[in-house]
Amino acid sequence: MNFYRSHVLVCAGAGCVSSGCLNTMEALVDENAKLGLDREIKVIETGCIGTCDLGPVIVVYPEGVFYRNVTTDDAREIAREHLLKGRTIQRLLYRNPLTSQLVQTYGEMEFFNRQLRIALRNTGVINPEVIEEYIARDGYEALARVLTTMSPEEVVATVTASGLRGRGGAGFPTGKKWGFTFRAMSDQKYVVCNADEGDPGAFMDRSILEGDPHAIIEAMTIAGFAVGANQGYVYVRAEYPLAVKRLQLALDQARNYGFLGKNIFSTNFSFDILIRVGAGAFVCGEETALLASIEGKRGEPRPRPPYPAVKGLWGKPTLINNVETFANICPIILYGADWYGRIGTETSKGTKVFAVAGNINNTGLVEVPMGMTLRQVVYDVCGGIPNGKEFKAAQTGGPSGGCLTKAELDVAMDYETLIAAGSMMGSGGLIVMDEDACMVDMARFFLDFTQDESCGKCTPCRIGTKRMLEILDRMTKGEGREGDMEALYGLAENIRETSLCGLGQSAPNPVLSMIKHFRSEYEAHIREKRCPAGVCQALMSYNILANKCRGCGLCARVCPTAAIFGKPKEVYRIERKKCVKCNACLEKCPFGAVVRA
Amino acid sequence: MPGSKCQCASQGELDPRWEQLEEILAAYKGDAGALIQVLHAAQDVFGYVSEEVQEKVAEALGVPISEVYGVATFYSLFSLKPRGQYKIGVCLGTACYVRGAAQVLAEIEKQLGVKVNDTTGDGKFTLEVTRCIGACGLAPVITINEDVYGRLQVDKVKEVLAKY
Repeated sequence: MNFYRSHVLVCAGAGCVSSGCLNTMEALVDENAKLGLDREIKVIETGCIGTCDLGPVIVVYPEGVFYRNVTTDDAREIAREHLLKGRTIQRLLYRNPLTSQLVQTYGEMEFFNRQLRIALRNTGVINPEVIEEYIARDGYEALARVLTTMSPEEVVATVTASGLRGRGGAGFPTGKKWGFTFRAMSDQKYVVCNADEGDPGAFMDRSILEGDPHAIIEAMTIAGFAVGANQGYVYVRAEYPLAVKRLQLALDQARNYGFLGKNIFSTNFSFDILIRVGAGAFVCGEETALLASIEGKRGEPRPRPPYPAVKGLWGKPTLINNVETFANICPIILYGADWYGRIGTETSKGTKVFAVAGNINNTGLVEVPMGMTLRQVVYDVCGGIPNGKEFKAAQTGGPSGGCLTKAELDVAMDYETLIAAGSMMGSGGLIVMDEDACMVDMARFFLDFTQDESCGKCTPCRIGTKRMLEILDRMTKGEGREGDMEALYGLAENIRETSLCGLGQSAPNPVLSMIKHFRSEYEAHIREKRCPAGVCQALMSYNILANKCRGCGLCARVCPTAAIFGKPKEVYRIERKKCVKCNACLEKCPFGAVVRA
Repeated sequence: MPGSKCQCASQGELDPRWEQLEEILAAYKGDAGALIQVLHAAQDVFGYVSEEVQEKVAEALGVPISEVYGVATFYSLFSLKPRGQYKIGVCLGTACYVRGAAQVLAEIEKQLGVKVNDTTGDGKFTLEVTRCIGACGLAPVITINEDVYGRLQVDKVKEVLAKY
């Protein structure tokens, strides 16, 4: 066995791959070889480290120096300066956006040291394509312990006692689900992993599958033993090809090691897993629709009960858990339900992974104990809002959730508190919006999404969301009418009460929450035909400020409709009727004299 | 291949892609619920799922053609029409939207002179809108076939398209 004096981790999550990390890694390996360092330094391709906007990202151990935005040239410089001569390259370090200080090591970055990583324990740490690295981090130990020392009842009891709740959105107690499926009588049962992560802005499941696929395989196998199933399915979105590839590789490796297949660990328990790839339908994240899709049918939901634990895949009892839920199972088995129960709040145990994106300094994945406040996540962990702008709102729970405003920055992020605040945990997407976001436009955006993804089976969702969208569309075009808000409320209530599945029942949430918190913006759109945030194109008008205009005429030259007229050295004017609001003049004016309102 | 002119599906017997389809169908034989996976594989071969392909799949899997059509039209990733050489996907997930994806989309429409779900006259580009691809840290993001372009500013659109 070769001993290396230094390990260099290169993040190869989908975000960093898009930023070109594979070229960066190739350059690093190549330069190391040229310098004769290849026997001393090991370069490891890991899963998502979490700082997606800083990619490509490299961490050099044992020092733990964190380099961001590393180009191929930078990588060669790291080899020559850092790896060969031991000099940290200051230019490539991360700068704290709030203090402007350079951060020397990974451990000093607030983004990392405020986190508690349980579900993400291995992502960004191990090479997901090498099963030995997973085993070295206690991988498959939980499975061995379960199969050789525990009864199915004990496994179910441990998961129940941990207080773990479903991370996919609804927050149903996981142990209860396992218990229902365990008690269901049948000759055949199934375990399904829901990896149809459809909420826009949420990408923790993708990162776990890409960065630590064995954690899911091991947990599903444990679940199979606990509930009495010998076949598992992972239903993954087709939009995540890298996750599919790494999961497939991991399945093959696990079979080779005898962790999957017949007589696992020489016991009489057998279990195997198949991958099913989705085909682009948001509704398939709903469990009954997902099961229909695995069966190769249109992904339409059906009424519950019967719940899948009683009648699921091909009519057999089926346990369905989300990826992040499964990612918590092995640590619970290894360290015990008591350990897990000490993390988080009274009713929301453990940690939650949030995918923080939008107008925020550090976008990426963060895993924090349940109950951390929104302010801590946004400002302490993720470095606040860029460009000196103000926090306006954060959308949690994706298109099924609601928004939290400045007044709610100090709410604890756990299942109950978020619901009481008019939002929800959902799958953990956290989109931060600054003062430039229009809340009518955002509501329209979410409804456009749910309306488009409505499967069409039940009328309230199919037609109701369409009517709501029409109203919001009108508002953003300056054609809002008195009574529109009341109509939205009425429709929302009907859709919520009468839709067949969670998609429809929750579709009105973003609209209701945004009207509640930003009523004046809605009134401005309807009564004054004005968009206070300056987003809705149709409601904007352009003006030239007399005190700033120098009469250079640039604006008139770029105007595609000849709507700007004037004489050189005099103040130019915009003719409203001709203006198509293309924004060209505003972008062109060197003096900031063109304004939009 | 150079020299061959017509590759349309009705000339099925001569086209090697039909053999590939046969292989796919053989591999999934007896697999309950394989329809979606088979359609994926078939679309990889042909670029889209034509009526002839649907008929063949229906026959081989023993399901009614209506069900194949129902599935092919339900899922947004299956296309019943031929698509361009390069498929542009503009991510309209929330993170991308908040960071200006709508303007990027408008610029691409302007540059190519097509609307969403249309293909340019020369068959080069098909413009599509995608759901969140999970690269939210790089928003706004577009994909062109397998290539991903992150943090795409409106003024960079022309440059990116010129690469193809």
